[in-house]
Amino acid sequence: MNFDPRFSGRKFASVGTRPIRPDGIDKVTGRARYGADFNMAGQLVGRVLRSPHAHARIVKIDTSKAEKLAGVKAVITAADLPDLTDGDAAMYDVLDNCMARTKALYDGHAVAAVAAIDARTARQALKLIEVEYELLPHVTDVDEAAKHTAPLINDAIFTEGLEEKPVKPSNVTKRSQFGHGDVHQGFGQADFIVERSFKTEQTHQGYIEPHACVANFSSDGTADLWVCTQGHFVYRQHCAQLLGMEASKLRVTSSEIGGGFGGKTHVWAEPVALALSRKAGRPVKLVMTRDEVFRASGPTSATSIDVKIGARKDGTITAAEATLRYSCGPYAGSWAEIGAMTAFACYKLDNVKTVGYEVLVNRPKTAAYRAPSAPMAAFAVESAVDELAKKIGMDPVDFRIKNAAQEGTRSSYGPVYGPIGIGPTLEAVKSHPHMKAPLGKNQGRGMACGFWFNFGGQTCTDLNIGMDGSVSLAVGTVDVGGSRASLSLVAAEELGIDYSQVKAIVADTSSLGYNDMTDGSRGTFSSSMATISAARNAILILRERAAQMWDIAVDDVVWEKGHAIAKGEKHGNLGKLSLKEIAVESGKTGGPIAGHSELVADGAGVSFATHICDIEVDPDTGAARVIRYTVVQDAGKAVHPTYVEGQYQGGAAQGIGWALNEEYIYGKDGRLQNAGFLDYRIPVCSDLPMIDTQILEIPNPNHPYGVRGVGETSIVPPLAAIANAVSNAAGVRMTHIPMSPPRILAAIEAEREWSK
Amino acid sequence: MVEVTLWGSLAATAGGNSKVEIEAKDIRELFRKLAEQYPGLEPLIDKGIAVAIDGTIYRDTWSKKLPQGAEIFLLPRLAGG
Repeated sequence: MNFDPRFSGRKFASVGTRPIRPDGIDKVTGRARYGADFNMAGQLVGRVLRSPHAHARIVKIDTSKAEKLAGVKAVITAADLPDLTDGDAAMYDVLDNCMARTKALYDGHAVAAVAAIDARTARQALKLIEVEYELLPHVTDVDEAAKHTAPLINDAIFTEGLEEKPVKPSNVTKRSQFGHGDVHQGFGQADFIVERSFKTEQTHQGYIEPHACVANFSSDGTADLWVCTQGHFVYRQHCAQLLGMEASKLRVTSSEIGGGFGGKTHVWAEPVALALSRKAGRPVKLVMTRDEVFRASGPTSATSIDVKIGARKDGTITAAEATLRYSCGPYAGSWAEIGAMTAFACYKLDNVKTVGYEVLVNRPKTAAYRAPSAPMAAFAVESAVDELAKKIGMDPVDFRIKNAAQEGTRSSYGPVYGPIGIGPTLEAVKSHPHMKAPLGKNQGRGMACGFWFNFGGQTCTDLNIGMDGSVSLAVGTVDVGGSRASLSLVAAEELGIDYSQVKAIVADTSSLGYNDMTDGSRGTFSSSMATISAARNAILILRERAAQMWDIAVDDVVWEKGHAIAKGEKHGNLGKLSLKEIAVESGKTGGPIAGHSELVADGAGVSFATHICDIEVDPDTGAARVIRYTVVQDAGKAVHPTYVEGQYQGGAAQGIGWALNEEYIYGKDGRLQNAGFLDYRIPVCSDLPMIDTQILEIPNPNHPYGVRGVGETSIVPPLAAIANAVSNAAGVRMTHIPMSPPRILAAIEAEREWSK
Repeated sequence: MVEVTLWGSLAATAGGNSKVEIEAKDIRELFRKLAEQYPGLEPLIDKGIAVAIDGTIYRDTWSKKLPQGAEIFLLPRLAGG
């Protein structure tokens, strides 16, 4: 890569404007094609048989009756997806999760699948598959699972990260630790200490579009997959590995995506659909029902977190410590590790220690959920910070400002920060009118901060200039939040043309080099860097072509505002050539004009946000209503401010649902009891106020335009901001998320009882 | 010669050292020499380790230079949502 990613401080013509998104009309008129909208001639219907048990040995599966049913074209079990992972433990877990091998590890775990001529036949076939289970004791609670007495989910797992190698297997797969200084000494210097334990229940990303794909395996060993995903290149790699294919023989095309939030970074149904198609010799469409999405795709962790923070009378934090236990589902993960890294990242601390424990439970395999693991850690820490400020008698914003990390601060996870935005978000909140607005009866206000790393990654982009001067931009990062509009703005900015001249598409895996998926808030950050690079490469060619047309040296041609200009007095009367004029002549000057870029977009800047929330609590029912909400977040540079605001609002809305209502509820039998949107309540429009936003722009020094990721940080503060608001409104500290009406009412009644 | 700080859990696989000194010009050379010096680190490097250079996290740019005097910090290679 010969590309300088450093921030240049340029003035913008297109970037920062708010044009209409190119995919908007298709989406509002229903023409946009999502995962389930793709169909092929001769297509079969795929259906999956799932374990009704939380933990059971699979003694025997008899598929013979299903195979004999008229209209059934293929039945598969784990035997049709043999282990080709070659010692790759993480991929083996993915394989086992796609189709259980020796044990069903959670309610909803796939054990077999069928492909039939229609849905009715497929459902009948599932009923004819006989599975003999040997039931095993199960555990679904994170604290229970971490006990030595808990049923073992995998007796080959011994806790990693301990000083001495354990001799007994455990559901705790890993211990990780971060921090610096001496917390014991720090607590000794504290005048005030707050120590509390917190719990958060498991939630699902709640994307509106269920997982859906169409797989078509050809008899020549090649295959196509149309799928709703956040990363079609990653899906290709994983599916090819699991099915024993060369990656180039599997072409994956991503559909429009009805929400992902991390939940579509992982294959579940896709290898199954491909295996069914391979066996049946026909295309297979597999669409998860909502029940299956809840039971068998990846929710976030349930957590149990202990926090202790000490401070002097003047408000200086002297020590901070947290122990974090995160559920991983039945497979090892690193979710607590991320929580341990992010927990105190907002603060300047001389003494800090965090310890994370990854815990196996008989629940679905945990997947990433928007700034994965950070919101729960922030809930625990920011609740304790708020309580400590109150104890000291300081305003919660001032207390945070006094202790906020800044450039040069050693972060709680290790490295020293460069330029960061936590201080400016707090100052913006302090002076925001929301903080001064009066509150009514039973109303409370809370605020909280949040941190997320943001990531970059491998990125490949093509920019093609048509002979009419229009520009097509092919990117490999799936557009989950308006990135086609943002990237078109970036191409227009570099080329010096109008936004309307650019059309961006998401190309399939056979059309571009490998791209990492759209996760880690990287879509616009990474692909904008590659688009800038591709556009600059195209400009080199445009200058060469102009030089040919003028018959002068290319070094005498510069590119300004969408035109080639001949510089120097000797070329003074040559005028200028527009991009379109050069493109029209391209057939005679060397053929098509294009720019390509392949790069690793590292150096994504860390991101901070501070949120303010007003809540009204009904003391008789415990019902809580958000009456005002404000998001302040650093975007580095907002390429398309409307979609940045949309990300801020979306994160807040999801956080409100997580904080107040959403939770997986398991029965004593280990079965999920609320696998549907009627019983698992995500917020709807009538639950939400207008979410106000304020974009701060503290440039990322590692991006030419200063861009930072914006997609994830907005979900980090809400749990804590809302918990602080509810606690202030109800007059009792809330320590268990979600703060559903029964939980708030129980806390109020317990407080009343205690006060008597 | 650069000083490299290892995060808590990683130090255990480097003989308990949380700081090590390595002669390396870029991330690639750093990983190669770390694996030679501390074989226990090799599988972790293969799985993925991020390198923070003066606070900026690099996950894949193995050609990134390690400036003299820079703060080099090894971190778990994380993913987002």
